[in-house]
Amino acid sequence: MRKILVTLLFLLFGTSAYADCNIKSGSINILANDFPALRTFVETSKQCKGSADFKVTHSSEHNKIAVPALTANPSEFSARIAANSSIVPLMNQDLIRPLDDLVKKYGKGIQDSQLITIDGKVMAVAFMANTQHLYYREDVLKDLGIAVPKTYEEVVAASEKIRASGKMQYPYAAAYKAGWNLAEEFVNMYIGHGGEFFKSGSAKPNVNNAKGVATLNMLKKLSELSNPDYLTHDSEAIKVEWESGNVALMTLWASRSGTLLDDEGDPNITKATKLTGPATVGGGNIPAATLWWDGFTLAKNRSDADAEATFRALAHAASNKKMVADAADQAVWLVEGFVPGPKSIGVIEAVKMGAKPYPMLPQMGLMHGALGSEIVEFLQGKESAEQALKDVEAAYTSKAKEQGFL
Amino acid sequence: MPNKTFFWFFLPTGLAMVLFIGLPIISTGVQSFYAQHDQVVKEVKKCDPFGCTVSIVVDNEETTKIREAKPLGKFNGFGTYVDRNHLATEEIKKFWNETETFGEFVDQVTNLPFYKALIFTLTYCIFVTPNVLLLGFIIALSLNAISRKIRGPLIFGTILPMIVTPLVGSLVLFWMIDSQGIIGANIQNLMNDPYLSLKSSKTLTWITIIIYGIWHHSPFAFVVFYAALQTVPQEPIEAAIIDGASRFQRIKHIVLPHIYPVVTFVALISLMDNFRVFEPIIGFSAEGSAQSLSWLIYDNLVNEEVILFGSAAATSMMTIIGIAILLAPVLVRTWKEFKTAR
Repeated sequence: MRKILVTLLFLLFGTSAYADCNIKSGSINILANDFPALRTFVETSKQCKGSADFKVTHSSEHNKIAVPALTANPSEFSARIAANSSIVPLMNQDLIRPLDDLVKKYGKGIQDSQLITIDGKVMAVAFMANTQHLYYREDVLKDLGIAVPKTYEEVVAASEKIRASGKMQYPYAAAYKAGWNLAEEFVNMYIGHGGEFFKSGSAKPNVNNAKGVATLNMLKKLSELSNPDYLTHDSEAIKVEWESGNVALMTLWASRSGTLLDDEGDPNITKATKLTGPATVGGGNIPAATLWWDGFTLAKNRSDADAEATFRALAHAASNKKMVADAADQAVWLVEGFVPGPKSIGVIEAVKMGAKPYPMLPQMGLMHGALGSEIVEFLQGKESAEQALKDVEAAYTSKAKEQGFL
Repeated sequence: MPNKTFFWFFLPTGLAMVLFIGLPIISTGVQSFYAQHDQVVKEVKKCDPFGCTVSIVVDNEETTKIREAKPLGKFNGFGTYVDRNHLATEEIKKFWNETETFGEFVDQVTNLPFYKALIFTLTYCIFVTPNVLLLGFIIALSLNAISRKIRGPLIFGTILPMIVTPLVGSLVLFWMIDSQGIIGANIQNLMNDPYLSLKSSKTLTWITIIIYGIWHHSPFAFVVFYAALQTVPQEPIEAAIIDGASRFQRIKHIVLPHIYPVVTFVALISLMDNFRVFEPIIGFSAEGSAQSLSWLIYDNLVNEEVILFGSAAATSMMTIIGIAILLAPVLVRTWKEFKTAR
């Protein structure tokens, strides 16, 4: 009797809480990067899992496992939360499925602007936007009478002034860790200078030019104002630097603002931490930053039933007004009903200033990889900017040849 | 042992070796001769929340057709082996013709990824292996000489670096040498240079990794040497003492010749281990300053968003060849001794 009662109660509770999804079968397994907004997103989709299996892997190493895990048939994950750059290898290998039918059937609340369409087919549904922009310490700048920098030249001048005042030894920070992070900083700065990575209409590299040299010189100036260990610092490490009060100016992802401004850490630093748009560089008018979206894609090598269950759960989150209202601090949501708060200033400014999205080209990953390892020696003062850029092009070229792009 | 018994005794191990070591090596070797098919790309319209652009994507239908016809890829021969990211034969020829001094030539060559990695790997081997042997031997001798009562705990303490997972061990040291860590900050104070960073200087990073390598590998040498020391016969040593031989003479003329085969064994294993140095580079986030051959393979497989199987396979094959070359003198010597012993 008691058993029946419990079951009944459970059913009642279950149906009332998950009424909007009503997923009856299938298994859901999600691979995602690890930052608060994505955790919120995945948690929200879990609320409507119904009786489907639900598993999630949050990992900052997501890029390394995505392609092998989705290549397997059936693939380990039924969905992958991807971004501009990480959707490309999935597209290259034909590992994700078009979502048109599912969007039509279950994507009621999803806005058209959220759909990532490639060649007319919906390949992903975006739910948040991201970019790297400036953070500054209001108290430090005010004390020294420095205006909020709008260009990287002003960032350098401001940092030098802060250092000269003796307040901080390494006033600037950005994620310069050799590899992906450092390459991303180059990409931002190069786009800020108006550079193009490839000769138009081909996969031939095009970074060894005056804009590339100017980019490297600016990165070097900034690195000299950073903690000497900058080549080992990723986003998390510079966040810690900031929270320890060692840094007054920083370029960091918008999606990290939530943890930076939470109640943990020194309240005085948190109070003085202010956000502003990304800086421009070299007299350019577009910001030295790239726009990113995060969205979900579904694995091709997985049964249709799993894909359907997964889509319904994720679409529930990607159109969830309550989620974007509750977690307005965590990200710039692209979901309907999002009211931008003070923490979204960076992305909104970037969009207003006409920032470009990260290039979604099949060979961009190879360029990114070559940049990450070949410009290190320039920053260490071991070779000239021209030599470093020549190395980048050479390293990229042989990789692109092996990969069949050239 | 009769040959037949040996054969049956060895069969399971042999089979496992062929299955789990031999076949993968052959498959890697085959893969290293292939490159990806030429990419078929097409121009399409891409739309995202930030607007629409016309740009290129890989044409999956065409690609699938080509892949089904030739699943291994495009035959490339030694193409991958000689490209710039590996042996770079053409670049080296060019440097040789273009550079004026030998120093400049060497600078140019060591700027190539493969040679950069090879130099670090060899430097690491050259410094770590002898030091590991020496340190391991000294520790074994000292521990062998002290009272049995405290020997147990001391041995445990000594082999601790080997028990600690390499990544954890290197991370601990990584934090200590941070410019705000206990070692890093003290060195800055000592040298009176606030910009000194163990992590950003290439030389200091190399030294750190080498010291870590010695610390991590010495216990292995120690354990083997300590075991070997237990087998040294006491009579000749006593005789030597009566003859008035010093401690150093006893070690040089009795102990060392006795454990010599074990020294060869440890040298072999350490050389092999050190040539594959990898974990400390990750643990110390030293990718910028120090790359090893194993790290290159890892980089090709996971660091790029596009996986370079051909490159990784070629580097793997060359690592195997490198180990074979390094071990050749030791192996030849052992073989000769084996033959004379018979």
